[in-house]
Amino acid sequence: MRFMMIVKASRESEEGQLPTAEEFAAMGRYNEQLISAGILLSADGLQSSAKGFRVKYNGAGKTDVIDGPFAETKELVAGFWVIDVKSRDDALAWARRIPFSHGEEVEVRKVMEAADFPPDLVPEEAKEAAWREANQKPITN
Amino acid sequence: MSATETNRAIEATYRIEAPRLIAGLTRIVRDVGLAEELAQDALIVALKHWPEGGVPANPGAWLMTTAKRRALDYFRHNKMAARKLDALAYDIETDKDEPDPDAALDDDVGDNLLSLIFTSCHPVLSTEARAALTLRLIGGLTTDEIARAFLVPEPTIAQRIVRAKRTLAEAGLPFEVPRGADRDARLASVLEVVYLIFNEGYSATAGEDWLRRELCDEALRLGRILSGLAPAEPEVHGLVALMEIQASRLDARIGPDGEPILLLDQNRSHWDQMLIRRGIAALTKAEGLDGTPGPYLLQAEIAACHARARRAEDTDWSRIAALYGALGAIAPSPIVELNRAVAVGMADGPAAGLALVDVLATEPALKSYHLLPSVRGDLLFKLGRMNEARSDFLRAAELTRNAREKSLLEARAAACDH
Repeated sequence: MRFMMIVKASRESEEGQLPTAEEFAAMGRYNEQLISAGILLSADGLQSSAKGFRVKYNGAGKTDVIDGPFAETKELVAGFWVIDVKSRDDALAWARRIPFSHGEEVEVRKVMEAADFPPDLVPEEAKEAAWREANQKPITN
Repeated sequence: MSATETNRAIEATYRIEAPRLIAGLTRIVRDVGLAEELAQDALIVALKHWPEGGVPANPGAWLMTTAKRRALDYFRHNKMAARKLDALAYDIETDKDEPDPDAALDDDVGDNLLSLIFTSCHPVLSTEARAALTLRLIGGLTTDEIARAFLVPEPTIAQRIVRAKRTLAEAGLPFEVPRGADRDARLASVLEVVYLIFNEGYSATAGEDWLRRELCDEALRLGRILSGLAPAEPEVHGLVALMEIQASRLDARIGPDGEPILLLDQNRSHWDQMLIRRGIAALTKAEGLDGTPGPYLLQAEIAACHARARRAEDTDWSRIAALYGALGAIAPSPIVELNRAVAVGMADGPAAGLALVDVLATEPALKSYHLLPSVRGDLLFKLGRMNEARSDFLRAAELTRNAREKSLLEARAAACDH
């Protein structure tokens, strides 16, 4: 089963501060552990919300666009991993190993799988595949 | 945290560490069965100590040190040769107490794990025994889980694993990563086991125990571990690519009533794009390495041709036909040839496909293989030779053991009357 480990933003990440060399190395080692355990599917870090924007959908095709940065830092996402493990317990054990120690917060969520949907809810057209094709970059790791 | 939660957390930590732990211990004690027992002893000690003292900073190193101490006790008790005992004692005493954050990157650790995989997939064992032992030691599955996944009684699997361990111990094999001429054959044996595990999961039907399908994920994890440990082997990446791409179709190949849906009829929006991308990335890695493409890489290339086609009619059949040709050249098989005939029929028209199928008509291995008349019937149908097509479809319906397929083939035969 797949889990997304979501790293919450912090003042530092929102200010665009990069991790220190040691933090970067520790994260590299952690990622290496995920890879060598065969469980890492995808991972990325996100730029600060100042470089992002929000879109609100008001119906009838009307949208509002709000540029970042956004205030509620702790509700923002700064990065993620998607891992494939046997159980929730295993996801928790891996999450505990993330080399954070300064009050960071990671939220772990189970990824929806086809079996979680009733069959008639799954989109019948190739729209979703096309959307993914056009919007998701290749995974090169 | 409640006591149960603590225990589950400890057991999860153990599952993460167990393969490397068992690998490291096998290096020392030269016996896979004993190594596993020592690792489990260390888990029991951890379950006793960690709830009070907390999980140590480097649980892997802690478990290893504890298991090594147990090994020393075991050998003292069994009056092991003094020289070996000294070496083991030295090894334990010089063991660093400091956590070693680089442990995962350490070459020795990787080498040990790879040696363990090569050992549990050793050709002295039957394929079934190799699969069970590998799932146990590397995948960390319990015998009960393996039994449920393979639809075999639990005692059968337990016995299979015990016998496998004994066979390995009695064979007195060196615990190492094979090099030189031996390596290719041994690697083929490993890949065969991983793909067998995958296919066992892939053949699971809807409504069956989810553990069966979990075998696909297990095989994928094994394959990804291998590609980290043996990054210079194109066939390892080839197998990973093949499995990732095939797994991407898991949800699309079974209909709402559990009926199988053929590749060309599948709803491609149900294909898992993340797995396809991972598969194609693995393929690119394999293509970047030297050597003539092996059977896994070629099969992965074929799978990728389908994965790349947004719609079934976009499929590059000429390329698929050429790839089947290359596959048949290194691993000749009438089934591969039949698949090539299908691809040629799609690329160059039904007459060209039929010419190849007719060559296979006398092939003894395909005598009772329903797909031969099924494919032939389809080509004849496309050529408008309805009488011949009908009799081939009926012949195929007679041969298949699958009730759904039988009714499908009978319907196709009936359609020849219009």
